[in-house]
Amino acid sequence: MSLFDEKQRRAVMRTFNELRRAAPAKPGEQYGAPGNGSSVTLSLVTIVALFALWYAATNGGWVKPLFLPSPQAVWMQLVDVSQEGFADQTLLAHIGWSALRVFGAFLLAVLTAIPVGIMMGVNRVARGIFDPLVEFYRPLPPLAYLPLVVIWMGIGEGSKILLIYLAMFAPLALSARAGVKSVAIEQIHAAYSMGASRGQVLRHVIMPAALPEVLTGMRIAIGFGWTTLVAAEMVAATAGLGFMVLTASKFMATDVVIMGILVIGAMALLFDLGMRWLERKLVPWKGKV
Amino acid sequence: MALSLKIHDVSVLYPGQQKGQQVSALSGVNLDIAAGDFVVALGASGCGKTTLLNLMAGFIQPSSGVITLGDFQGQVPQEVSRGAELRDQVTGPGAERGVVFQKHALLPWLNVLDNVAFGLKLRGIPKAEREQRAMHFLELTGLADFRGHAIYQLSGGMQQRVGIARALTNDPQMLLLDEPLGALDALTRERLQELILGIWQSTRKMMFFITHDVEEALFMATRLIIMSPRPGRITHEFSVDFGKRFLACRDARAVKSSPDFIALREQILSIIHGDEEAA
Repeated sequence: MSLFDEKQRRAVMRTFNELRRAAPAKPGEQYGAPGNGSSVTLSLVTIVALFALWYAATNGGWVKPLFLPSPQAVWMQLVDVSQEGFADQTLLAHIGWSALRVFGAFLLAVLTAIPVGIMMGVNRVARGIFDPLVEFYRPLPPLAYLPLVVIWMGIGEGSKILLIYLAMFAPLALSARAGVKSVAIEQIHAAYSMGASRGQVLRHVIMPAALPEVLTGMRIAIGFGWTTLVAAEMVAATAGLGFMVLTASKFMATDVVIMGILVIGAMALLFDLGMRWLERKLVPWKGKV
Repeated sequence: MALSLKIHDVSVLYPGQQKGQQVSALSGVNLDIAAGDFVVALGASGCGKTTLLNLMAGFIQPSSGVITLGDFQGQVPQEVSRGAELRDQVTGPGAERGVVFQKHALLPWLNVLDNVAFGLKLRGIPKAEREQRAMHFLELTGLADFRGHAIYQLSGGMQQRVGIARALTNDPQMLLLDEPLGALDALTRERLQELILGIWQSTRKMMFFITHDVEEALFMATRLIIMSPRPGRITHEFSVDFGKRFLACRDARAVKSSPDFIALREQILSIIHGDEEAA
């Protein structure tokens, strides 16, 4: 004796079979493409919901301000630290010092790691020399070699920038190397068959072909930079967002901690949006050929 | 100096799937191409047509035998001694041998016009002049209106035409074309067949043209070679003149429907089918 009669069973099977298939494509979409459709609304709803939960939980007195201060308290700190400062420095000075360290290290890494990565891609000798070095230190956490960097470079700006630089070097070099490998051999052959020299192939074929991967590597590297910033500012810093957050945590100033985290997040997000804009401008062909 | 290309007893071996095993892609191939020759290679997939083209272009080197490039004035030395001809040996690609690839191999960061003018740019020819010369071939291939387009905005057939225009703009003495018209619609295909024949007639460039299409092969060739797989080798060669007849009368349909064209087409088809049955 079945739980359903035949008609019900068929309807259930039909629904089941429909669920097993992808939804029909909307105009401008491909049937079955993974992750079809816009996700912007859902993202906005998630952010608003989290914010509302934060507001309700803190203002409703569900959690103590020591563990989670209210949004208003964090906003007050933002205004207060921008005007009055925290640990003898205004917010702008903290942001300025951190940006100087991250972007200074980023500039140095871009100028050195990308040529090294391209060399690793096009030259067997360079690959043989750099591959074991980069692959060995790449998985090490920056905190593990931080003491060594301090012993070598002292406690000044040098050690902070070097630590961030090292965190960025590997992803940049490896993305440039992968970019070189992404060039189609036919494109290189075509250039040689039109009389190109090795230098011209490097300049006019390999480097432009590597650019999409390099830009992706730059986005990943700057993320590593922000991650490493707090570790770099643990040692003898007197300013910087990482220093501000660490100092505030010692005084149990949770509102400053959260404000600092949000400022770091906002800066990283702004830079990433800029990089995405740059990608659209520089490599519009990415993923299309 | 009229260019000529000589392939002497060339074999190409690839490492096989199993260790120590070798697969023969080409075996004992001899072919001399002189100025004014339009050589068309016809054969089933895997018969080594593209390998032969890659050898001529200098993208790969033979396992044995030599390929030389030079002016032999129709005189081919009886014995090819490596030492004497080392100077002329093909050791890599060169601008005198232009290539049209099976898959277009265009540069997506350049627009259509810059792709076509790329070879001239490499040689340091001023922008105005190289763009003027590139536009000439864009007009001939029907792409003048698309000069500012990005490569990824074009259809596959248009991309292929850009590849042809690029090779022609660079003005090589020899053109190596690897199934250049395979991806095109029938109408464009016939137009480009006629365009390539016209360019061959006016410039006397050496042509090496690979195709799957028997009719296309017969129509274009002065020398039609048929290749056969496992190991890749040249099994037949025909001397034909339908392209010349077309250039005299400019009526492709009349040439392609003439009784001797049809008879030869059937003969070649039966050779190729015989190969397939044997394989």
